Amino acid sequence: MKPRAPFLQSVWAILWKDLAAELRSRELFSGMFIFALLVIVIFNFAMELDVATRRSVTAGVLWTTFFFAGTIGLSRSMAMEKDRGSLDGLLLAPVDRAAIYFGKMLGNLLFMLLVEALILPLYSFLYNQNLFNGGLFLVILLGSLGYAAVGTLLASMSIQARTRDLLLPILLFPVLLPLVIGAVKASGGYLSGAAREEILPFLNLLLTYDVIFLSISYMLFDSVIEE
Amino acid sequence: MERKPLALTVLDILSALSLLIATYLALFYAPTEAVMGAVQRVFYFHVATAWVGLLGFLAAGFAGVMYLVRHDLKWDVIEVAAVEISLVFFFIAIALGSIWARPVWNTWWTWDPRLTTAAITELVYLAYFMLRQGIEEVERRARFGAVYTLIGAVSAPVTFMAIRLFRTIHPVLFGASSEAAKGEFSLAPGMRVAFFFALFAFTILFVDLFWHRIRLGRLAARVDQARLQAG
Repeated sequence: MKPRAPFLQSVWAILWKDLAAELRSRELFSGMFIFALLVIVIFNFAMELDVATRRSVTAGVLWTTFFFAGTIGLSRSMAMEKDRGSLDGLLLAPVDRAAIYFGKMLGNLLFMLLVEALILPLYSFLYNQNLFNGGLFLVILLGSLGYAAVGTLLASMSIQARTRDLLLPILLFPVLLPLVIGAVKASGGYLSGAAREEILPFLNLLLTYDVIFLSISYMLFDSVIEE
Repeated sequence: MERKPLALTVLDILSALSLLIATYLALFYAPTEAVMGAVQRVFYFHVATAWVGLLGFLAAGFAGVMYLVRHDLKWDVIEVAAVEISLVFFFIAIALGSIWARPVWNTWWTWDPRLTTAAITELVYLAYFMLRQGIEEVERRARFGAVYTLIGAVSAPVTFMAIRLFRTIHPVLFGASSEAAKGEFSLAPGMRVAFFFALFAFTILFVDLFWHRIRLGRLAARVDQARLQAG
């Protein structure tokens, strides 16, 4: 048996593989991005995003958009492995299972951040609201990390079930609630220029969520893909 | 055919009896609360059913860990039994709580940490059964079930803390209470008896139901096996 490849190198290889596949097909990213755009358009007409409403709901609209677009990315990225049979190849490769988890998780995170990086200026442009805010970027990073952490684990379960695409949001959204609260409250705080003491508890919540769910997903991933 | 154990029959009778007594204590023995009146009597069973829900929740998390460690399908049967009981009893607790909340809080529902966490746990457990339904292979179903139970068990306290960052109006009976809590009262001696007896009765009921459900799960597994052998 070949010796196991170094951990970071395997993570990087898996991440790079996902990026290279995406660079060629661009289906994941364009799907997520167009979907996110549509959600914003729908919000515009569903909630009449005039100036007064926008002040209170921007954070909520942004996060709902990110979370919904995120589910598309998560289920596609895992379904691709399953349908092309490359998951079996990954499992046979002499790499740590944890490296597979972190590689896929970082890939999911990266695609989410890319979509968010495009949606933010677009939202600013559409609603004439400055979203260029360091604090907001930090919240988006923390929120997306937690989302990708638990989402990657649950997506690798849901694709192995009969009801796969239907199942992912049903499994994911109930455990996402703390993240929703933390992300929306902290983003809203930064956007309205609230005091640091008001935002800090919610940043702590995001950080706690990230740490807890990264570690538990990392520990449980082995049980999800063992064959 | 496996015979029903005698101890289980005794437990059946015991839980029926203690439930009857608990009902009597709650409805007739306990004094009527001065401010809230008769609706406060819902509280005895509300707390007791929530308690059973919590017991099931803890048992499910424990069984999930045990399954992932031991890979013994016995723990899967126990886990399903616990989740099912927890699902039903949290639902009853929420319904009873709403009946109490309508006159006291003037609303059926509020997004309080306890209420929301209980409701979210219900959703997690419904998702749990949907997940199981989508997988035919017994061993994989058990593995995924255990993983998701653990995710749910970890997320419930985090959800609770997260919502607690907002203010709560749920009364706290023991320990420090928040200033915003509405509908608090102290337990008079008669209430105390009814309250603790209800907890006791429902704990027995929990053990009884848990046992029944595990037995049912084991029998169902055996039926499946027999069906496979028969072709």
